[in-house]
Amino acid sequence: MKIFTSMATSYGLVGAFILVAVIMWVSYTFAGLLKQKRMGSAIAIMVALVVAFIGGKITGGEKGISDIAVFGGVGLLGGGMMRDYTIVSTAYGVKVENLKKAGLAGTVALLVGIVFSFVVGVVIAWLMGYRDPAELATIGGGVETFVVGPVTGAALGVSSDVIALSIAAGVVKSVVAMILTPLVAEKLKVNNPTGAMIFGGLIGSTSGVAGGLAATDASLVPYGAMVATFYTGLGCLLTPTILSLVTNMIF
Amino acid sequence: MEIFGLGIIGACMFIGSFIGRLLGAALGLGSDVGGVGFAMVLIVVLCAYLEKTGKSLNKKTEGGIQFLSALYIPVVVAMSMNQNVYSAVTEGVIPIVAGVVATVGSLLLIPLLSKLAKDTDKEQNA
Repeated sequence: MKIFTSMATSYGLVGAFILVAVIMWVSYTFAGLLKQKRMGSAIAIMVALVVAFIGGKITGGEKGISDIAVFGGVGLLGGGMMRDYTIVSTAYGVKVENLKKAGLAGTVALLVGIVFSFVVGVVIAWLMGYRDPAELATIGGGVETFVVGPVTGAALGVSSDVIALSIAAGVVKSVVAMILTPLVAEKLKVNNPTGAMIFGGLIGSTSGVAGGLAATDASLVPYGAMVATFYTGLGCLLTPTILSLVTNMIF
Repeated sequence: MEIFGLGIIGACMFIGSFIGRLLGAALGLGSDVGGVGFAMVLIVVLCAYLEKTGKSLNKKTEGGIQFLSALYIPVVVAMSMNQNVYSAVTEGVIPIVAGVVATVGSLLLIPLLSKLAKDTDKEQNA
């Protein structure tokens, strides 16, 4: 066992490829049995989220299964570097016309998405008994994405338990987007480049958009990702400033 | 060679991310604003240029890029395994309610904004 552990730790990335391959093989086989081949990646993502839950429960850490040393390589394969590298590569083959067609709608979606998520967060936190404007703004920021919450909280000097709450809200949003999107994509017209760009602007969380579109139709990924990449930055810009100022004025 | 494909994507990523980080620094955020987006736009422009001049990438170079694209879903699966799902579902009611309402609401806004996109599209063509 000791020998295995030291091998798996030193070959971390290779171990991650094996684990992902196994999960995808099981998920695609299962999807095939259900005669729902297209659901293969959605099922794989759901299995992965369950694995992340188990990892978090065992270790009490923040990075799912990759907090267990033997699975450390999953952190590298699924980390920001590989995520962004592979997302960028999907832009190869994207047509300029499609981008132009949805450019305006994508930009509007970004602004609407940020404000909408913020308002939802503030209102629900208020209903649950929070009254301090700085804390409300932090939770609102967290609902945008789990990066905006801590940035806002740090800027406004909010306590760490509220920041933890805001991060959790952001994670819930991306997890729900990953699971729900493939189920409703057809109905909500997230089946063309324009729809995918609007989706990217409204949801915004890079992992939620990436996961949701991957599970829906991988060819739409570049459109959604291209818009979503501006969401967290714009959120970090607007939330601790304009949005928290407005919150301050109302509460 | 396949490695050229990996290199082209990597170079675009570096240029894009550098622009994103410059923008972030200029805005006083100290983070990357849209770096991935700038990188992707670079690649789209590169593709458009190649098409216009009638050139195309070497099959093997293209193979390198397609290899990366094919890795995308496995990377997303690995990324999902790194999410802090445990704290998301155990932090209490606020994160769950707020996260679910925000996502469902955002999804429902999609058809509305799609309609807007179509209307402006028509106006431009009219």
